[in-house]
Order: sequence, then structure tokens, then C-alpha cells
Amino acid sequence: MNHWIILPLLLPLVAGMLNLLLVRAEVGAQRVVSLLTTFVILLFALLLLARAASGHIEIYELGNWPAPFGIVLVLDRLSALMLVLTALLALPVLLHACCGDDQRGRDFHVLFPVQLLGINGAFLTGDLFNLFVFFEILLIASYCLAMHGQGPERTRNALRYVVLNLIGSSLFLIALGTLYGVCGTLNMADLALKVAGSTPDQAPLLRASALLLLSVFGLKAAILPLFLWLPGLYASVLPAVAALFAIMTKVGVYAILRTQSLIFSSQGPAPDAAELLFPLALATLGAGSMCVLGSNRLRVLLAWLVIVSVGTLLAGIGLWNEAGISASLYYLPHSTLIMAGLFLLADHAARQRGLTGDMLEPGPPMSQPNLLGALFLLGAMGAAGLPPLSGFVGKVLLLQAASAPKAVWLWPVALGGSLVALVALGRCGSMLFWKTEGIPLLGTAVSWPRLAPAAALILAGVALAIMAGPVTAYTEATARQLLAPDNYIRAVLGGATP
Amino acid sequence: MNVLILILLPLLGAALPPLTIRFGRNVCTWSAMAVTACTLVLTVTPLMQAFQGNPASMHRSWLDGAGLALTLRMDGLAALFALLVPGIGLLVIIYARYYLSDKDPMGRLHALLLVFMSSMLGVVLSDNLILMLIFWEMTSLSSFLLIGYWQHRADARQGARMALIVTGGGGLALLAGFLLLGQMAGTYQISHILPQGDLIRAHPLYVPALVLILIGAFTKSAQFPFHFWLPRAMAAPTPISAYLHSATMVKAGVFLLARFYPVLSGTDLWFFTVGGVGLTTLLMGAYIAIIQHDLKGLLAYSTISHLGLIVLLFGLDTPLAAVAAVFHIVNHATFKASLFMAAGIIDHETGTRDMRSLSGLWKYMPHTAALAMIASAAMAGVPLLNGFLSKEMFFAETLHVELLGSASWILPAAATLAGIFAVAYSARFIHDVFFNGEPRGLPKYPPHEPPRFMKVPVEILAGLCLLVGILPGLTVGPLLRLAATSVTGETLPHYSLAVWHGFNTPLFMSLVALGGGLALYAARRRLFALHERLSFSPDAAALYHASEDALIRAARVFLRGMDNGSLQRSAALLLGVAVLVMLLPLTGGDIRGTVPSSPIDGLSLLGALLLMGASLLTVLWHEHRLSAVIALSVVGLLVALVFVRFSAPDLALTQLSVEVVTIMLLLLALFFLPQRHGRLTRTSGRMGDILLAVGAGGGGGLLAWGMLTRPFDSISSFFMEQSIPGGGGANVVNVILVDFRGFDTLGEVTVLAVAAIGIFALLDNLRLPIPARDQDGRPWAAEPHPLILSQMTRFLLPLALLVSAFLFLRGHNAPGGGFIAGLVTAVALILQYMANGTAWTQRQWGRPFHPLIAAGVLIAAATGAASLLLSHPFLTSTFGHVRLPVIGEFELASAMLFDLGVFLTVVGVVMLILANLGKLTRHGTHPGKNR
Amino acid sequence: MEALAALVIAVLVGCGSYLVLRARTFSVVLGLSLLSYAVNLFLFFSGRLITGAPPLATSSGVTADPLPQALVLTAIVIGFGMTAFVVILALRALGEVGNDHVDGKVDKS
Repeated sequence: MNHWIILPLLLPLVAGMLNLLLVRAEVGAQRVVSLLTTFVILLFALLLLARAASGHIEIYELGNWPAPFGIVLVLDRLSALMLVLTALLALPVLLHACCGDDQRGRDFHVLFPVQLLGINGAFLTGDLFNLFVFFEILLIASYCLAMHGQGPERTRNALRYVVLNLIGSSLFLIALGTLYGVCGTLNMADLALKVAGSTPDQAPLLRASALLLLSVFGLKAAILPLFLWLPGLYASVLPAVAALFAIMTKVGVYAILRTQSLIFSSQGPAPDAAELLFPLALATLGAGSMCVLGSNRLRVLLAWLVIVSVGTLLAGIGLWNEAGISASLYYLPHSTLIMAGLFLLADHAARQRGLTGDMLEPGPPMSQPNLLGALFLLGAMGAAGLPPLSGFVGKVLLLQAASAPKAVWLWPVALGGSLVALVALGRCGSMLFWKTEGIPLLGTAVSWPRLAPAAALILAGVALAIMAGPVTAYTEATARQLLAPDNYIRAVLGGATP
Repeated sequence: MNVLILILLPLLGAALPPLTIRFGRNVCTWSAMAVTACTLVLTVTPLMQAFQGNPASMHRSWLDGAGLALTLRMDGLAALFALLVPGIGLLVIIYARYYLSDKDPMGRLHALLLVFMSSMLGVVLSDNLILMLIFWEMTSLSSFLLIGYWQHRADARQGARMALIVTGGGGLALLAGFLLLGQMAGTYQISHILPQGDLIRAHPLYVPALVLILIGAFTKSAQFPFHFWLPRAMAAPTPISAYLHSATMVKAGVFLLARFYPVLSGTDLWFFTVGGVGLTTLLMGAYIAIIQHDLKGLLAYSTISHLGLIVLLFGLDTPLAAVAAVFHIVNHATFKASLFMAAGIIDHETGTRDMRSLSGLWKYMPHTAALAMIASAAMAGVPLLNGFLSKEMFFAETLHVELLGSASWILPAAATLAGIFAVAYSARFIHDVFFNGEPRGLPKYPPHEPPRFMKVPVEILAGLCLLVGILPGLTVGPLLRLAATSVTGETLPHYSLAVWHGFNTPLFMSLVALGGGLALYAARRRLFALHERLSFSPDAAALYHASEDALIRAARVFLRGMDNGSLQRSAALLLGVAVLVMLLPLTGGDIRGTVPSSPIDGLSLLGALLLMGASLLTVLWHEHRLSAVIALSVVGLLVALVFVRFSAPDLALTQLSVEVVTIMLLLLALFFLPQRHGRLTRTSGRMGDILLAVGAGGGGGLLAWGMLTRPFDSISSFFMEQSIPGGGGANVVNVILVDFRGFDTLGEVTVLAVAAIGIFALLDNLRLPIPARDQDGRPWAAEPHPLILSQMTRFLLPLALLVSAFLFLRGHNAPGGGFIAGLVTAVALILQYMANGTAWTQRQWGRPFHPLIAAGVLIAAATGAASLLLSHPFLTSTFGHVRLPVIGEFELASAMLFDLGVFLTVVGVVMLILANLGKLTRHGTHPGKNR
Repeated sequence: MEALAALVIAVLVGCGSYLVLRARTFSVVLGLSLLSYAVNLFLFFSGRLITGAPPLATSSGVTADPLPQALVLTAIVIGFGMTAFVVILALRALGEVGNDHVDGKVDKS
């Protein structure tokens, strides 16, 4: 057995605690540790992706205890994809943060790796309670990061975020308790077996726990009506943190996809959650689009765009067919990276607009209107799903995936969402870059290295569009893997499966 | 490959102008011209291939899953446009050089022009539906950026956005239409779709697909009712108007009709929609053009009208009509581009475009005037000019349309009327501007001829008008036949491009148009008056703005209504969802399971009642905080008793020790919270909350009941068996924590550690007012550290440490363990704080706790990682793998080492939190001190 | 006994939910603590109600299910960390926003 799978978890944990020891040292050392760790994690994530691409599902039995008794880490195509995405996002965000945001509060370089630990753990673990633990890790880290470099607005939104998620955690535990009380196990593969073989008498409890899990993960993924915590928070935290949080909603999406596809399939005894997903996603998409249009601050607008992207993702997943899930899995990295890039870009733009900040009002012209403008244009095109960027490709794949009854709903909502985004971003861009008054503020020009992370994240959209062929090949394989959970179960439980 | 270069060259070349601009405006222009000229030259080879009948094409696969491929093909129709686009582009670039003022950023203009050129070429060359759509939307985007070129002007910004939204939105409809088309044909390659006309026309999806594609075409070609964006787009610099908004981009819509003519045409729906829309646009545009006073406005509406004419021709749905349509595309491009340029020159030299003050310019700029006259004569359809020929063909085609039956006379009549209008506004363009007395109050006086080279493009285009008009067969004939053939997809019936067809109805119609038009122009004053009086102006643009604003306002209201930033609302929503998902599934079957319930003993009953009572008291007293905290602590203690009752001693111990620390924390926090506490929620709101609470409680309770009354079988027997042989401990719970599921524990201490440093950061430079009295008005005791307590604790501390050591050591085999031990130690230390004050304790244990925490977690992690060295998985306890009894001893140590990590972390965490919270009282601002 | 246990959980959840919906941060904290008690009991009960048989490997015969106990222990610890954090966060909000309303609104009372 090789130990690469544990490294995406072990490295950030050690790095975080190392930085905690270095807390008295000046920040340089901490930065080196964080950057190195993140970079190495990226390398290992790519390595794991290469391994997972073969289609073989790898198991790592912690404490050398076999599933379902011990906790196992499972590396399949989906988790490998998510690991790579996280690392790809983390590196530029960290670079941006190292330009000063990390000094605006305490212990950023302790929290950042731990945040990665939590996220990676959630993607890797094959045990439902362990998933809960990793959720708590990434949540507590995100609470602290959200409060990084404080301020009343931030505190208010963070309080709401924290309290809601504490309630959410309680619901998670209730769902867990019910599942254990019915199935007597915690390993997700084993749960899948037990649920499949459950008696009709157990069905009500299983359905309740499936729906509870959907609500809990839906809270993290920010679906209607549980998304109210997101816009205020993303708009008030530090830009680097907001950019990092672009992955947080995706963790919720991942958890929904994993649990619903593995444990509660739409054919199983507890199909409600899987079936509810599609209408909820469309509602989220619609409501989010309206709010995008109504936003009067750039970052609020971006936050709502995040919600729109979540709606789009879950709509694809809600189709529960290979094409739909594959489309969503292609759209997922696109939306994550582009939105993160836009949040970072919004930071630069706001700084160059002085007091006007990111309010969508006439302000002073920026020092680098062409550079930022071009980047914004690219990002906006990606977000609105305009050609030729990845957003468009994802949207086309999504539309093609939908068939008769669901397509009638999906097509108008998705295309209408794009139109609304077009209107909103058109107004927004014209306001930011065209409707200017006065002269540029002195000394606000941003040097290339500082702009590089934002640019890289946004240009990732271009790269994804160009490499659409290979990427979709991978996501299609992933979708196939997810829709045939037997292999997963067999891999985890060894010969235990009938 | 030689086709792809046509797209790549301008796209990459777009980088040149911004770079070369620093060498001056001429160099910049030259670079742009060079790129365009090369593109133009490169079209020659594929053009020849098209003539030879084997169109140049290329294929690179891109995204097969979506049917998206880099497939290009240059057939006749594409070839026509491939000549038109860079050809006129070249002239526009020359013209723009002289048109732009020194302030305008020329590099940007040329770069965007090249980008547009590339995407336009992409549209016409694409042989793949989705690829074509990509370029289609790129033309919309570049047009958006070009219209907004003068960004400081509000009309430019608005016009740009309007154009983007109308054409971009149309593009979305087009995407849907294309996807349907692809699904119908089973392929996205256009050249494979075109032969499948009959299959597609018969398909149930034909109607939606046609409608969606037409929306795309009509928005782009400014057809009624989407025409309104085009006049607003005239806020762009005139070269842009000449290029995008008359010659090329707006032709993309009619190009689309031409391209899919073989598959989509041939049905009544096609005839009536396309023909109807075309006719309406033709007449409406022509009429509005007459009553414009702005030169560019006149040209814009006449463009709309001419596009309508072309659309109508396609709608007529006969091969010859298609030929005429293609022909008119070319002609219109030539004369309208030159007219725009002329208008630009006039604007440039006189400083105005208002025909009411422009007059008699013939005297000042005869050269320009002559060119403009040729062009507008062509627009009017005067013989010996290209416009005349295509218009004749148009008239001829209107004559034999059977579909309308007895109403067949309508089309020719309408065509003639449109002709009359066209003559009228052309006449107005000439007469009002160049004759009609002296100029009145020009901003620039006296006007004079523009720079020499500014006229060259106009001369070339006007020359073409004449040339084509006189010698159609020799000049445009072959190309036209080629293009028209690839449109209709079949061999064309005979037609002749001769200027003279003898006296026939079309000629008669032309004469009527000429005469009527001049008459109408003569009577224009009355027409304007009439128009004023009717004052009927169905201003679609105003409608658009109104609806956009309405939408935005609605969105704002929606947003405010949805997110009022309230925690209470979000929490209520979350709980509401929870209630639903817990209760709804239970409504299905019966909740109670099959297992008979065990008897209730008095003790449990009493405990339960106390527990419920205490929690209810917590609610009742929640506004008298101290009492509430006491009630809460009682709940905690009773929960611990429940754990004892149902055989979980470890939990009981943990619960108790956590309870103590939590309550301490709450009390410390309580000290700072403001005293005054009024009810903030309306009674109605409170009722809702009570309902929610009851629902949630009911849901949780029923769920628990259903669970408890169902048969149960778990994996735990494994742990019971393996605990001693595999984990080396009798206390299974502890063995699970440090061995079977040690990974959870590692995560758990990580959470604690992060929580602690987060709290530390929160307390950092936090200033809180220190209340003088508690919430019942009693003053806080001045005596900080009661002597007895301090003495007591100093004696207690060692004892407590002893206890925790004991708990720690036995943990693996009997209730206890690192966590509980850690808490006990921490509590003992905290007592020191309370008794002796922070200052004293700082002296005693003046160490910062961060390293302690880090060390704790690292020790736990390292213990786990140690097994990696033995190439066992993370967290493997070496016990049982190495047979030696010594190692067996070692194994015990390894698990304990892990527990030690937990212990240190817990101590560090608790100390860090409470110590720093305690410090607040010193940092805090005393009321009255900082007033 | 099962019904009684369910009733206890119902009451705890109900009280917790009600307090969580209050407008003062401190009440919300109380509510969250009640909720966590309830949840811990729920999780604990998922191993069913076994009296007088703690899960020691040495003891023979049927014992309580150790796994839920371990889970609850983890949950208690995590819950403690979270409660502590939210308490201090409430203080922070008080210090920065100037009042203890959950939405930082100015007091009407």
C-alpha cells in the first residue's frame, strides 16, 4: 500500500502546526512553509489524479483497520479531481494573500493549511462520521478566516454564518445518528449496502436522514432557501478569503453528489432527496440570477454569481445521467477558478477606485483600465457563459445533457440566467470601466506579480476551454464511475460485497 | 489549414496596433492595414478552389462530446463574405486614420476592428454549428466594445449595452436553435446538415428550432421588432458604423438565413415569418428614414430597411429571389459603406450631422458631394448603378408569389411604396445636404474638402457602384453565381444581370418609385408636419429601456426582500426546512417500530422530568441570564447522569468536565454582556418561533422514537472482540478513540486547536466596557481574590494534577483518557487564575500556550506518522504486528503518546481561551474612565 | 423507556430551537448548547438504551454499543470548541457593533 493518499491531509496539518510554533517568528518563514506545502500538495494531487485516471479506486485503511470498521480514505476519479481543483485554487489565492492580506489578522498561515486539510479530508474520506469531523475542521478554519482582519460588517456576517452552520452540524449529527441507528454502520460503502438491503419498515427513517443530509450539504452549497448566509459573508470577508471560499460551496456540492449517488440513489428506498435536487437547483439558479441583477456592489454581485453557479452545477447533477453529471463536473472547476479570480480582481479594482471601492457607482478611472478591464471582460464572459470561454462550453454540455421533460425547464432557466447575467455584467462593467469621472488616483497601479494570481485564475477559464476535449473525457469517465457505485463498494469492502 | 489562417491572422494581428501605436498613428495604421491586406490576399487561393467546385475546408476535433469541432469550409457564400469583410475592412482602416481625433486611442480601435474581422470571418467560414455560434457571440462582444469606444459619452455606453443585450440575447436563442437543429440532424457539421432539408422540415422540433434561429438572425440584422438597437449603435465612431453596422456585422443575420436556406426554407411558416418580418422592416425602416434629421440616423434606418428587403427576398423562397438577396447584400455593402464614410466626412468637416443646418455644401466640397451623390443614387436604385439591378430583380420577384392568392398584388405594391420611400430619403440626403441654399450656423465654417486619403475609400466604393452597375456580368457575375448556387444548393434557373431587360413591369415599378419618391421629397414639409401631428412613434428603444429599468427595479426589490441580512430569518428558514424533512417522511409509514419498549423505572423518570424541567426553565429565564446559565448547567449535569444511567462512564466524565469549563466560559462572558434586556421580537414572531420549535422538537423526538423502537445490529461486535488483541486496551471506547477511529480524534483536537487560536485572535485588541454592577444592579465585589479560595486552590492544584495523571494512565483500560485528564488539569489551573488573578498566575505559568497546543497536535500526528516508517498505514498502532513482548510494551506507549498529544492540546486550548478571556478584564475600558 | 428518551430529546430540541431564534446573542448561545445536548443524546441513543453494562472488553455478555459513545465523545469535544468560539464571537460582535442583537441592529428596547 502506498501512502500518497494520506499526504494531502498530513502535509497541511503539520504545516499548520509548524506555523503555529513559528507564531513568534516573522511572517516570512510562515509564508515559505505555507507556499511550499501548498505547492507540494498540488504536485501530489496531480500525481493522485494520474493514478485515479486509470479508473482503479484506491483505498487507504487508516490504522490498518479494514472497512467498515476502521476509517478508510477512498481515491476515485471524483475525489482526485476535487483535490487537484482545491490545490489549483489554493496556490494563487495564497500568493495573493501573501501580498499583504495575511498580515491583516493573526495566524493566517495556521488557518490556511488547516482549511486545506478540512477540504481535502472531506473529499477523501469514505466514512460518514469522519466526513462530519472534516466538515467541522473546514468550518472552524473558515470561521476564523472569515473573521481575519476584523470589522463590524464582517463580524455581523460571520456571526450569522457561524450560528447557521452550528445548527447545520446538529442536523448532520441527527442524520448520522438516525443512519447508524438504522444501519449500524458509518462507512459510506457499507451504508450503501445496508440501505439497498433495508426493509420497508426502515424506509421512513432512511428518507428522513437522506433529506436531512441534503439540507445540511445544501446549507454548505448555498441552495435555495439556505443560501442567505453567503452573499453578505463573501462580500465582507477579505478578498483572498472570499476567493478561497469559492471552493466551500463546491464541498457541499461534492457531498451531495457523493452521498446521493452512492447511498441514496434515485432508484433506492430513499429517492426523495435525489429527485428534489433538480427543482431546487433551478429555483436557486433563478433566484440567484435575479439577485445578481439587483446587486449594487461588485462583490455582492459576484457572491450571487457563485450561487447561480451552484444552481447550474446541481441542475446538471440533478439530471442523474452521465452527460449531466459530466457537464457539471466540467462546469465545477470553471466556476470555482473564474469566480475566485473575479473576487481577487474586484479587490484590485476596488483599490484603484479609492473611496468608491466596489460600489457600482461612477468613480475615478482606474490606473490600469485596459489591463483590469480586459481581465474583467474575460471573467465576466466566463461567468455569463459567453463564448469562447469554459463557461460557454459547460453550458452547452449542460443543455445537451438535458432530455425531454427536464429540458423544458432547464433550457429556459439556464439561458435566461445567462441573459440576466449578461445584462448585469454589462451594466457592471460599463459602470466600473467606462462611466468614470475625474482623474486616476496616484500610486494605485498594481504590479504584475501582484496581479498574476487573479490573472492566472481567470485565464484558467481559457485553458479549460482549449483543453475541453481531455477534461470532458475525464469528467465523463468520472460520471460513469459515480453512476456505477458497485465498483466503489467492492473496492472499499473488498470481498465483503455479495 | 489555409482557411484557418484567415481567422487566426487578424486575431493574432490584433496585438500589433496597440504595440505599434507608440511609433505614431501612421505606423499603427500601416500595421493594421498590413494584417488586413495579407488576409485579403490569402483569400485568393481558397476562392479559386471554391470556383473549381472543391471548397477549401479543414477539420480539427475539439470537443467531440458536445459536437464542437474546429471545422471550417469556404464555399461560395462564405467566399463572397470572405472577400467583403477584409476588403471593406481595409478601406475602413484607412478612413479611420483620418477620422479619429488625436485624443482618441487609435491602437484600441484598430485592434478591436481586427478582432471583429476575425470573428466575422469565423462566422462565415464555420462549418460547425457551435463553432459558428462562438464566433457569432464574439462579433456581438466586439461590436459592444466598439460602440462603447467613446466611453465618456452616455449614449455610447447605453447604445453599446443595448446592442450587446439584444444581439447577445439573440445569440442565446440561436444557441438553443442550433442545439435543436443538431439534435434533429444528428450532427453539428453544417455541410452534413444542409442536405437533410426534408427530414428536418418534417421533424416535430422544426418549428421551435426555426423560431429560435430566426430570433438570432433578426436580432443581429436589426429586423422588426428588434431593430431599435441599430440606430442607438450609431453613437459609435462613423468608421465603425460604416463597417459593422451597415456593411458586415448586421449582414450576419441575413447570412444565417442564406446559410440555412436549404434546410429551413420551403414551408409556409418560413414564408410568412421571414417574408412578413422582412416586409414590415422594409417599409417601417424606409418611412422612418425619411423623417430623420440626423444624417447617420437616416442612413441607419435606411440600413434597417435594406436589411428588411434582403430578408423579404429570402422569405419569398424562390431561387431567383435568393440570387437577388445575395446580390443586394453586396450592393448594399458597397453603397451604404461609402455613404456612411461621406456622412462621416461631412460631420468631420462641418462639425454637425443635422440636415436642417447642413445645406449647400456642394460649393465647399464638390468632390465629396459627387461621391455621395453616386452612392445615394445607387441607394435609390437609379439605373446604371448597382442598387438598380438588385432592386429590379426584387421587383420582378415580388410579381410572382402565389402563396398570397388573391392578395398577391400586396407585395408588388408594398415593394413599390418602399422604393418610393427609398428614393425620397436618398433625394433628401443629396438635396438637403449639398444644395438647398446656404449652410446655416455650422460649428466649423467654412467647411472644406477632407484630407486626400480620407476620400480614397469612398472613391473606391463609389467606383465599384458604378462598375457593377454598368458591367454587372463582367464584374460581380461569376462570384454572385457561385455564392447563390451554394445558397440554394441546386443549379440556378437562368437569369441575366443585364442593365436593360426591355419595358417590363419591374422597370415600370422603378419609374413609379423614382417619380413618386421625388414627389414625396418635394412634399416633405407636409410629410414632416403630418408626422408631427400624428406624432405616432412606436419607440421600441424607449420600451426596451422601460422594461430593463423595470426588471432592475424588480430585482432590487426581490433582493432586498430575500436577504435582509437577518440571522433570525436564515435560522428560521433552516429550522423550517429541518422540520419539513424530518416530519414529511415519517407521515408515510407508521413511526413506531416493532421492538417492544423497555419498562420505565422511577429514577429514570425523575431524571427525565428534571432534565426537561431544567431545559424549559432555561427558556423561561433566558432573559435573566444568570438564572438561565444555572438552569443550563443543571441540564448539562443531568445529561451526564443519563450517560451514567445507560452505561457510558467515559461520556459522563467528559460531559462533567466539559460542563464545568463551558459554564465558566459563559459566566465570564456574562460579565461583559449589557444588562438591559428587552423583548425584541413581536408576539406574532414569537408565535411563529414557538411553532417552529414545537415542530423541530416533534421531528427530533419522533425520529428518535422511530429509531429506538426498531431492531438494531451494528458493527461494534468487531470492536469488542478486537479491543484487547488489536488495540491492547479493555476500555473499548478509549481504544476506538485512540486506535480504531484515532483519525477522528486527530481531527477533533485539530478543531479544538483552531478554535482556540481563533478565539485568541477574536480577543485580540477587543475592547469591552466593564460594567460596574451585575444585571440585577448589585455592584461587583471590589475584593478581587478571596483569600480562602486562593489558599484552597494552591492546595487543590497538586491534588487535581494527581487525579488527572491517574485518569490519563488508566484511560486505556478503564474510563478516563487524555481528554478528560486534560480538562481536569485545565480546570485546576483555571482555578488558580480565578483565585489569584491573572497577574499572579502569569508569573507562575507565564508561558504562551500556542506552542503547547501545536506540540500536542504534532505529537498526536507524529505518533500516527511513525507507523509510516514501518510502512504501515497512518495511525497504525504497532501492537500486534511485531510479536516481541518488548514491542508489546512499546505499543502501549504509542497509543499513550497519541493520548498525550490530546492531553497537551486540551490543556493548552482551555488555558488559552480562559486565560485570555480573563485578561479582558484588564484590557477592558472601565466606564467613566474613557469618557 | 424509549418513548421517555424520545420525549427528552423532543423537549431539548424544541427549547434549543426556540432559543436559537431569539434576537440576543446570549440566548442564541444558550439555544445552541441545548441543541448540542439534544444531539449528543440522540447520537448516544442510536446505540439503544443498555443499562448497567459499560463497553469493557473484559466484561462478558451483552454490553452497550461502544461506537456511538466514541462518536458522542468526539461530538462533545467539537461542540465545546464551537460553543467557546461562538461565545467569544458574540463578545466580539458586542465590542465592534456595540450591542448584542444578533443582526447588530440598534436596540428598540
